[in-house]
Amino acid sequence: MTTTAMTPPPADATKRPRKTRGGRAPLNSQKRRARLGFLFALPAMVMLALFFIWPLLQTIFMSLHDWPLLGDHEFIGLQNYVDAFNDDQFLSAAGFTFFYTAVMTPILLILAFLLAYFVRRGTRSARVFQSIYFLPVVIGLAAGSFIWLYMWQSDIGPTTQLLGSWGLVDPHANYFADFWSAFWIVVAMVTWKVVGLQMLLVLAGMQAIPDDIYEAARMDGASGWRTFWSITVPLLRPTLALVMVFSVAGSLLAFDQFYIMTTGGPAGSTLTAVYQIYRTSFVQFDLGYGAALSILLMIVLAAVSAGQMLLLRNSDHS
Amino acid sequence: MTTSTHPDALATRRDASPAPDGATGGKAAGLMPVAAWWIVGVCLAVLFLYPIYVMASQITWDNIVQLSTETSSGLSIIQGMKNSAIVAFVATGTTVVVATLAGYAFAKLPFKGSNVAFFAILVTFMIPFQAIITPLYLTLNDIGLSNNLVGVGLVLATFNLPLGTFLMRNSFAAVPSALSEAAEIDGASPIGAMWRVMLPIAIPGVISTTLLTFFSAWNDFFAALILITDQAKYTLPVSISILQAEGGGFSVDFGLMQTGVAITVIPCIILYLVLQKYYVAGLLGGALK
Repeated sequence: MTTTAMTPPPADATKRPRKTRGGRAPLNSQKRRARLGFLFALPAMVMLALFFIWPLLQTIFMSLHDWPLLGDHEFIGLQNYVDAFNDDQFLSAAGFTFFYTAVMTPILLILAFLLAYFVRRGTRSARVFQSIYFLPVVIGLAAGSFIWLYMWQSDIGPTTQLLGSWGLVDPHANYFADFWSAFWIVVAMVTWKVVGLQMLLVLAGMQAIPDDIYEAARMDGASGWRTFWSITVPLLRPTLALVMVFSVAGSLLAFDQFYIMTTGGPAGSTLTAVYQIYRTSFVQFDLGYGAALSILLMIVLAAVSAGQMLLLRNSDHS
Repeated sequence: MTTSTHPDALATRRDASPAPDGATGGKAAGLMPVAAWWIVGVCLAVLFLYPIYVMASQITWDNIVQLSTETSSGLSIIQGMKNSAIVAFVATGTTVVVATLAGYAFAKLPFKGSNVAFFAILVTFMIPFQAIITPLYLTLNDIGLSNNLVGVGLVLATFNLPLGTFLMRNSFAAVPSALSEAAEIDGASPIGAMWRVMLPIAIPGVISTTLLTFFSAWNDFFAALILITDQAKYTLPVSISILQAEGGGFSVDFGLMQTGVAITVIPCIILYLVLQKYYVAGLLGGALK
């Protein structure tokens, strides 16, 4: 398969008897090409219909039912949604998810910006640093969580030992049993894991700013700070909006890191929205209610995407 | 390494004469002296590499031997590797083939409604599979792929399809249509023109799509956790989480766990180091265009 693809196109393709051109032939070939295009796009559309549109419709349908894993389901209208807004556990998970998002997003945005600014020179050493900062991006979120879980174990964790030997932390403390220490470890892990990608996006945005603009500013005697605030930041607004949306969407969907590092604890204080959906559908097997929670999550995500569109459009006009 | 472009020399020059700053271009004058730049850069590099070092420092022969044998409850990391490989292979193979065909159609073979179809595919981009995981589970059940690695692979393929199709459409759109037209005038069929003329030029896009899908499928935790219920079919990350749960609290063998993690991570790092250019191009192409 790939061998055929790799061979360069033969200079003189084997000539078949040519069809008469002109007349009806172009029309036919136009039709044939359109039919071929449809056939080529068909597998993609079938997969999306089967694994996306159908489950999506089913989610909506299920959310209107009392739907246990086994046994009959029963139509209950919007009762699941009403329940959701009276469900303390879900509301606290939603609240925690928003809080986590609100903390994660500015941290990522600022650090990504600083890192991009730091490596923007594009010299060989800057590119090496850039590759290193990006490296954790290719590590899975689950794998990263396992590593940081080990790093911060009490007594045996390498980080607790190291920082403990410097007297900075208590090496015997259980960092995952306390809400705030567990929370900040997760925030640090996720930052380590994803900030490289955000850095790269900001860097691409910075490099798209034409040199002439900086040149002109320098001619006018603008200082480094002035140039930074009056040129770099405003021209980067679309990129920053994009980075923000990635970070918001990723944070709203947080699951792996909390499932692995905190298992939602202590006392359910780090349960996220997706975690709560998982527990509702696959631990308590209340599929209808889980579907309703999923729909609520999708509405929030759709609102974020819409917000992104607005932000990007506004910055185009200004 | 010690040519005139040596970063040290270059940076020093910048610092010594900030105003007539030629070689590195006029991008905002540096706010940081060169020594500080190096210190900050190296410190950050240490911070970013430290967790990877922690993981790697736990790889011992004993741990590897122990991982290749089943645990008391019949969990096997080697089996987990095979399972992850199946999921990643199915997801990547499916996405690349389907996205290449669809991308070509949307770029070069427009049909009635093709714009609407392309837009519909992009919308999928915005909805994560986490949100529809429950009915996905039921759908796989209906088509006989429940608790099946191929099923997980197909689900992951579907959710990588929008980005793949988008990248492949851009790759093909960048190739002049005149090339395939010339081939067709020389008697090649439209499929032959695509296969022999267009595809070889669009290979960077194919590699980007392959890498993006592979990383996301190989690293997936959520889909496998939920869609696979049989321990013998657990993927690598899920197997490791069971290793953690089995140890329960204080008796977790973290050395063993980190070795398992290293097996997950090392293929990704190698692929990244070798094919960095394509991976980065794919990420940027998907995000910024």
